[in-house]
Amino acid sequence: MSKSHPRAFASAFGHIGPALLSVGSLILAWELYAQFSGISPTTLPAPSRVLAQALQHRAALFENTLPTISATLLGFSCSLIAAFVFSVLIDFFKPLRRALFPVFIISQTLPLVAIAPLIVLWFGFGLTPKIMLVALVTFFPMLVALVQGYAATDDDIEALLASMGASRVRIFLLARLPSSLPYFFAGLRISITYAVVGAIFAEYAGAAKGLGIYILNAKNNFRPDLVLAAVLVSATLTLVLFGTTILIQRLAMPWERLGEKARP
Amino acid sequence: MTHNRLELRHVSKRFGELDVLGDISLTVRPGEFVSILGPSGAGKSTIFKLLTSSLQLDGGEIAFDGAPLRGQRPFAFMPQHDALMPWRRIIDNATLGLEVQGMSRSEARARVQPLFAEFGLDGFEQHYPAQLSGGMRQRAALLRTISQQSSMLLLDEPFGALDALTRAGMQRWLQSMWEHHNWTALLITHDVREAVFLSDRIYVLTARPARVLTEITVPLPRPRRDLASPAASAIEAKLLQTLLNPDQRT
Ligand SMILES: Nc1ncnc2c1ncn2[C@@H]1O[C@H](COP(=O)(O)OP(=O)(O)O)[C@@H](O)[C@H]1O
Ligand SMILES: [Mg+2]
Repeated sequence: MSKSHPRAFASAFGHIGPALLSVGSLILAWELYAQFSGISPTTLPAPSRVLAQALQHRAALFENTLPTISATLLGFSCSLIAAFVFSVLIDFFKPLRRALFPVFIISQTLPLVAIAPLIVLWFGFGLTPKIMLVALVTFFPMLVALVQGYAATDDDIEALLASMGASRVRIFLLARLPSSLPYFFAGLRISITYAVVGAIFAEYAGAAKGLGIYILNAKNNFRPDLVLAAVLVSATLTLVLFGTTILIQRLAMPWERLGEKARP
Repeated sequence: MTHNRLELRHVSKRFGELDVLGDISLTVRPGEFVSILGPSGAGKSTIFKLLTSSLQLDGGEIAFDGAPLRGQRPFAFMPQHDALMPWRRIIDNATLGLEVQGMSRSEARARVQPLFAEFGLDGFEQHYPAQLSGGMRQRAALLRTISQQSSMLLLDEPFGALDALTRAGMQRWLQSMWEHHNWTALLITHDVREAVFLSDRIYVLTARPARVLTEITVPLPRPRRDLASPAASAIEAKLLQTLLNPDQRT
């Protein structure tokens, strides 16, 4: 046990070390090119300038990040609740799947550039259209993840529960729902990144405040450094949310990482 | 003559074109350990699915304690793979049957906890299945099976997935457990030695569509200690002979 800590640390570094290296060298190359090629900072600002501007405009950035965070989290929560409700309905009434999936699949083919301005047109500049757009892009991946997760339940476990006299609802709660957890979290990790992009897209199409509208204004003012500063913020936001889902997964599924350890 | 705990009369089952169970008749008396021995794919697991009502029979009938089998099944079933829930600790896997019967978690735990020592699982109550070795997982699955306190155990190749050494250890252990408990069991196996070592009687099935090829009694006295005593080996040889030459019936 005591030995596994430094080893876990080393292996964690082994995982993220290469990523740090590749991202680091990319930024370094960009910095050198922007500094020494003579390119105008209004075309390609150096990373150091982006960072400096981000710090200088941190109050405005912060003010515009809060609405994006609430749109992302509210939209994603709605989407999770809806995906869960529909996944349960589909699990208990199989024909529903064939009735509903085509509708959901079509909803996924709608181009965001077309749908975002329309939703803003219909529902105004408030929070509602953002929530709807975030839900639209994240609902289906979450639904598919849950439905697949239920289906991945071990047949033997279901046969065992049936032999014990467990009802269909009981089998769902005791076996199908827990079996779907790995699929649920895999879906969560992917969807949370879509959610941030969806929120920014909705704001871009029209909003009073938010990273999306901030990016639009910066672009119109020929300030690529501020566009990139907002991108930096949104990337950080996505990474934090992504990391949070991994943390929640570890807490929710403590058994998942035990198999790797030595058995008695 | 004592009554039968379980009786199958001319049971048959087919899956569409596939004729799986041709004609199966067998009996198990209270306190008896009976094995079903047959080739892979013969339909042995299908017999258990009929008993636990996850499948319906096409023909024949099943009686339990003299009455037709219907409604809540009186069996504790152990599937071919241990089927432990990876997300439940061993204690909570062991209490699953009692919980499904409606007992509170704390009461079920109190009931099952004292059995852990006998199953060689003392101190592993709070472990997850992934932390246990193959043999321990199998014992945990067996603990879950017997703690349901049903009138009869159905064991589907409980040791099939274990390595030879662990399997031999588990067979000895089950045999010694058998002597202390008044269990009635039906065991599925394709291991001739296991069948002889554990059983009072053995039914040998043919390949699909399965019929009962022969029924033999194992007169070896209990307690049995030696997996390969000369007397046991003689019965084994006879069984193998029957299995390999199903046409020359004795
Ligand atoms: N639900 C099912 N539908 C169709 N075929 C099945 C089903 N269950 C089992 N079978 C087939 O029936 C045969 C017997 O299966 P099984 O009872 O599991 O054999 P055994 O346990 O003796 O190895 C196999 O050929 C298997 O493919
Ligand atoms: Mg089988």
